[in-house]
Amino acid sequence: MALSRLSLRSNRLLNPSTTTAALPSSLRRHVSTDTTPITIETAVPFESHLCDAPSRSVETSSSEILSFFRDMARMRRMEIAADSLYKSKLIRGFCHLYDGQEALAVGMEAAITRKDAIITSYRDHCTFLGRGGELVDAFSELMGRKRGCSNGKGGSMHFYKKDACFYGGHGIVGAQIPLGCGLAFAQKYSKEEFVTFTLYGDGAANQGQLFEALNIAALWDLPAILVCENNHYGMGTATWRSAKSPAYFKRGDYVPGLKVDGMDALAVKQACKFAKEHALKNGPIVLEMDTYRYHGHSMSDPGSTYRTRDEVSGVRQVRDPIERVRKLLLSHDIATEKELKDMEKEVRKEVDDAVAQAKESPVPEPSELFTNMYVKDCGVESFGADRKELKVTLA
Amino acid sequence: MAARIHGGAATALSTFNPKKLVAPSRTNLPAARSSKRCIVAGGGSDASKKSLSVRHSQKLIANAAVATKAETSATTGTGHELLLFEALQEGLEEEMDRDPHVCVMGEDVGHYGGSYKVTKGLADKFGDLRVLDTPICENAFTGMGIGAAMTGLRPVIEGMNMGFLLLAFNQISNNCGMLHYTSGGQFTIPVVIRGPGGVGRQLGAEHSQRLESYFQSIPGIQMVACSTPYNAKGLMKAAIRSENPVILFEHVLLYNLKEKIPDEEYICNLEEAEMVRPGEHITILTYSRMRYHVMQAAKTLVNKGYDPEVIDIRSLKPFDLYTIGNSVKKTHRVLIVEECMRTGGIGASLTAAINENFHDYLDAPVMCLSSQDVPTPYAGTLEEWTVVQPAQIVTAVEQLCQ
Repeated sequence: MALSRLSLRSNRLLNPSTTTAALPSSLRRHVSTDTTPITIETAVPFESHLCDAPSRSVETSSSEILSFFRDMARMRRMEIAADSLYKSKLIRGFCHLYDGQEALAVGMEAAITRKDAIITSYRDHCTFLGRGGELVDAFSELMGRKRGCSNGKGGSMHFYKKDACFYGGHGIVGAQIPLGCGLAFAQKYSKEEFVTFTLYGDGAANQGQLFEALNIAALWDLPAILVCENNHYGMGTATWRSAKSPAYFKRGDYVPGLKVDGMDALAVKQACKFAKEHALKNGPIVLEMDTYRYHGHSMSDPGSTYRTRDEVSGVRQVRDPIERVRKLLLSHDIATEKELKDMEKEVRKEVDDAVAQAKESPVPEPSELFTNMYVKDCGVESFGADRKELKVTLA
Repeated sequence: MAARIHGGAATALSTFNPKKLVAPSRTNLPAARSSKRCIVAGGGSDASKKSLSVRHSQKLIANAAVATKAETSATTGTGHELLLFEALQEGLEEEMDRDPHVCVMGEDVGHYGGSYKVTKGLADKFGDLRVLDTPICENAFTGMGIGAAMTGLRPVIEGMNMGFLLLAFNQISNNCGMLHYTSGGQFTIPVVIRGPGGVGRQLGAEHSQRLESYFQSIPGIQMVACSTPYNAKGLMKAAIRSENPVILFEHVLLYNLKEKIPDEEYICNLEEAEMVRPGEHITILTYSRMRYHVMQAAKTLVNKGYDPEVIDIRSLKPFDLYTIGNSVKKTHRVLIVEECMRTGGIGASLTAAINENFHDYLDAPVMCLSSQDVPTPYAGTLEEWTVVQPAQIVTAVEQLCQ
């Protein structure tokens, strides 16, 4: 039914003059900020382990779905810009791109507050953006400029935003999982009703630290939600070659789990909302997000030696998160095709402006090599174990 | 050089009495404190040192004030006597009383009271949420402590033995040491990682490791080693109050040292070395348990007519090159006595630092006595030869002072 309505729309769209004249500007503005609730069914049901799956009907609103579209388009654009910046050698080292997985970042943000903590691995650009990070800060950090979110000292794998409770940004696979449980512990210690989302990948799901941390989290009832972003490949190794049991949501054993279609932003939102309520009442829960990345593991991986191009383009055609939201917006008459294209153009311009601005921003001073080694304390001067030269006095 | 040292050990073994090894030299301690006063007050040219001594508004760091009070307490007896592990416990308890963000996590620290009784009674007083018994997963609970510290808690992470913390090395190196830097200063990690290490009494190779060398290159952390109940309590408190991650090395054989410490609150400076015995002929740098071997050797040396200056460096990272440098300028000879591994150990770094900075003042090459580069054997006699013995120290001093 939705599809037939869609085809009707597209026929009308072939004649642009009618569409733009048909929608008066007042109506357009009204729709884009409309917060009246709409209920949408997720396409794929949830699979649960040791808990009752949440309902498939997601409560949302037109403005929220439009914001999904805009945010995901911005993330997608940012990753593509990062791709071309890497190829022109302005970004060096490792650059892990998140395009294809944007639904996870936006869906999660929609379900939680900025006081709930998120910690993730090195594929963190879009999560940073979702937490309120600025495009300029992201690009500056990628290009090693002072303006960057970590002053240019972290790089692609070390984005942090403390005021939005975004704890990074970690290079070692799986090392962020105990950190995330520590964040949850601190939340429990301070008795505030917030939760921590600890994101890791299908590759990290085989780390011992995950099971150690799960044990502690379950033992102490920590408000920790462990989210496995299953994009089916741990760098070049497919899940069926690395895990005896690829049902990552069941691997928690005594910890409840939920498997979610990670390409559907609304399903992600529903699952995260459910998980937050669960974690605050009953302790940890594992979420497995079934998602996919279009790029290779990083920019040095073409991404085609361990999977076929047909597979990638197949997912892009059938499951792409942005296209799904676009269809939703069009079928529910929330926006027109042209409006969405305009939005994408705006986003593209935003990203291009941010890139240009970041390119202009200065590199860190040489003295910054030694700043932030230690916190100003005990009058410590930062110049290494032998106090040879006084590089910086942390006054 | 190695052959000579072994020769010394072989001949000295017959006169060697292992039971006397860890007896503290009580006569030296009051003198130590008065000398400490000289160092802090006399540090005129180095402005940073001045700021060090007035760092805390409570003036607890002003060692000068403590030194005078300590002298009176030593003479009038207004301090209280306790064992080193009790001093650590006192320091920890006072800090936990003072700041609700301080919590302890480790294996068997809560209901069991700590494997070396450092956290005894704390779980009853502060509850299970502040004194956490963790399962045996060093990697995970060290990571958890660091994650909690990122939000503002101040965990004290106890490794039951420093050797077990090797399992958490990734967390300590990458997250604990580096997060402040890679986040551009956004996160501070005020953790204290502490635990006993060093060679004990026939505990076997894996439980007798000397790991200061492994941790010393990690950028972003501070390392201190305590050796007396006085500095144990002071360093514990300073480490907890510090905003930087601090690794506090204790020693398995020093937990039962008894000393009188002041009743009033005091903190030791994390980066400062302690002058144990001022002297003129040679500077002996040491830390942790080897301090007692050195003091024992010092008795012999004094009888033979030498006047060694003994400094307990305490701060393993960064080195207190100010105190050490002043001493080198005075005596022109340096002997480093440590329990760390020979290769890449604290002594090796210290030798390099002294050579780089004070080469003009040296009359003889810096000599470094470290433990042997072997896994600690179980057999008692072999274990004795693994670490530096007082007789070897005496021989080395005689060689250097020829």
